[in-house]
Amino acid sequence: MELKGRSLIEPLDFSPEEMDMLFDLAGQIIQNPDDYADACKGKLLATLFYEPSTRTRFSFEAAMLRLGGQIIGFSEPGSSSVSKGESIADTIRTVECYADLAVIRHPKEGSATVAARNVEMPVINAGDGGHHHPTQTLTDLLTIRLEKGGFENLTVGFCGDLKFGRTVHSFIRALLRYKGVKIILVSPDELRVPEYVRADMVSAGMEFVETTNIQEVMPGLDVLYVTRVQRERFFNEEDYIRLKDSYIIDLAKIKNAKKELMILHPLPRVNEISPEVDADPRAFYFKQAKNGMFVRMALIMALLGVTKEGESCK
Amino acid sequence: MQIDSIDSGIVIDHIRAGFGLKVVDYLNIDTDNQTVAVIMNAASKKLGRKDIVKLENVTDLDIDVKALGLIAPGATVSVIQNHQKISKTHHDLPKRVKNIVKCKNPRCVTSIEAVPHIFHKVNDSGMYRCEYCDHILRPNEL
Ligand SMILES: [Zn+2]
Repeated sequence: MELKGRSLIEPLDFSPEEMDMLFDLAGQIIQNPDDYADACKGKLLATLFYEPSTRTRFSFEAAMLRLGGQIIGFSEPGSSSVSKGESIADTIRTVECYADLAVIRHPKEGSATVAARNVEMPVINAGDGGHHHPTQTLTDLLTIRLEKGGFENLTVGFCGDLKFGRTVHSFIRALLRYKGVKIILVSPDELRVPEYVRADMVSAGMEFVETTNIQEVMPGLDVLYVTRVQRERFFNEEDYIRLKDSYIIDLAKIKNAKKELMILHPLPRVNEISPEVDADPRAFYFKQAKNGMFVRMALIMALLGVTKEGESCK
Repeated sequence: MQIDSIDSGIVIDHIRAGFGLKVVDYLNIDTDNQTVAVIMNAASKKLGRKDIVKLENVTDLDIDVKALGLIAPGATVSVIQNHQKISKTHHDLPKRVKNIVKCKNPRCVTSIEAVPHIFHKVNDSGMYRCEYCDHILRPNEL
């Protein structure tokens, strides 16, 4: 069980035990964040954001800075050499000359795989098109683990854009390994999960249901994962407008839900969760955002193989 | 329909119906200079209907067996010399194929980066999955 030097491209890159180790470390950081202020002193994280993302980038940068490390990177490829047509392979090889690890977000699916194959340093996938977003999954899992203690026997509902929702694809893939988990997929027909996600669930023998009716399934849910319908994933504006408000979660919709339901959302939200839900004890999305930074701190430490004293372990 | 057998050459038989021309295409058979017969919708006990490709006077064709297995799982390749069948091989769906088909997902990284096109078999119904983006390729998309 050694994460040092490894990359995180999709959730199954780490074993459940390795994930538990990360969650334990994140838990320790949450307890005493100041103890980790020098853990990554002298280390450099490169953030390569080929696609705008304030939130995920801030979360990674805040994580590295709170560990005492430093950051370089770009958030607008238009202003860098990549806009001149440089390949992902060349860019990442160049970055490896300077940085100790890299985070990449890219609109093309599989881009992080290509990046990781071209370098020795760890590469973290921060979102590759509509494919995967494994650090969001770490965030989601940590939030559930802190509240429910584990993942077995949970009924997890996913609602919204399940076709292009990379956070959904990664989360489902991670859940494939836990016993007794049941998946409920709620979306309009046009936004159902891609075929490979369904194929994964079938081959893992996971129980799952696809429906268009949220009300019907609400009472059975332990976790409700809501996602945004994103304009940039659609080829035409009409489809986007027609589908964007498909499922808005409000207090009326969660009236029959369990008291212990956890409502999660990878954020940013537009209007798919009504603000009136924010004060409900079942709303966990803002706690989730904070956990995201802590779990990324744990991830960076593990991939660099450093302890809280800033020493390399082993 | 009576189909003349060949004195000497290669017969690719038991191709699923509708894929005969694709076999010629994917195997890069030189249709400008070779005598090639593609028989479509021949009766078959096993398949109901099948396609057959015959190449006359060719015995040393370097067949990409993975491409053939992908396009026409269950196909057989018989080499014939002087009316005698001198060898027969059977080709099934390969576990992994490289640079035979391209990913159809417009958002796949293979559309912008110079990397090999790699697919892995998902199941025996001929579904494949792109190594990079997981996009599923079905037999009718070949
Ligand atoms: Zn692909």
